[in-house]
Amino acid sequence: MGLEVDIIFKIAGVGIVVAFLHTILDQVGKKEYAQWVTLFGFIYILFMVASIVDELFQKIKSVFLFQG
Amino acid sequence: MTIEILQIVGFALIATFLALVVKEQKPNFAFLLIVFVGCSIFLYLIDQIYAIIHMLEKIAINANVNIIYVETILKIIGIAYIAEFASQITKDAGQAAIASKIEMAGKILILAMAIPILTVLIETIIALIPN
Repeated sequence: MGLEVDIIFKIAGVGIVVAFLHTILDQVGKKEYAQWVTLFGFIYILFMVASIVDELFQKIKSVFLFQG
Repeated sequence: MTIEILQIVGFALIATFLALVVKEQKPNFAFLLIVFVGCSIFLYLIDQIYAIIHMLEKIAINANVNIIYVETILKIIGIAYIAEFASQITKDAGQAAIASKIEMAGKILILAMAIPILTVLIETIIALIPN
């Protein structure tokens, strides 16, 4: 399998966009919306990272630990 | 193989650059980016690791080594790799205390797995001593 370069750009892009939205919403005075935007961006990225961590652990299990 | 190392280095450099950019605004996003990069580089290498381990297993079977010992050693390598991975990432995130606990857990689990090998070793040494 190849390296998933597009996903790192996706993560970095979401990070920058979320930071931008956070700043804008802060300026406008919607502090609670800014917090929610940050939280949802974080959850979205956490979902992607958690799925690849799961894949890594399954591979390590099958290669090193002989469990299917 | 030569192309692959170039791909990995390029990937790692892009990831480092992006992490530096994102860290300015959102440090936790940069942290998740680094976790992702670590995982995907390892997943890229897993086929080669599998080939190496398969070769080791074949050599051990040809040399009539008990397969239980080889299996234990491979499990120890797996535990050491996972513990090292987690502790490095935790240390990067600034939690050195948790990182040292993960390392301690890895060491203890490795020692517990090595108990059968250690027992055999000690029995062999005792059998060698003339009484």
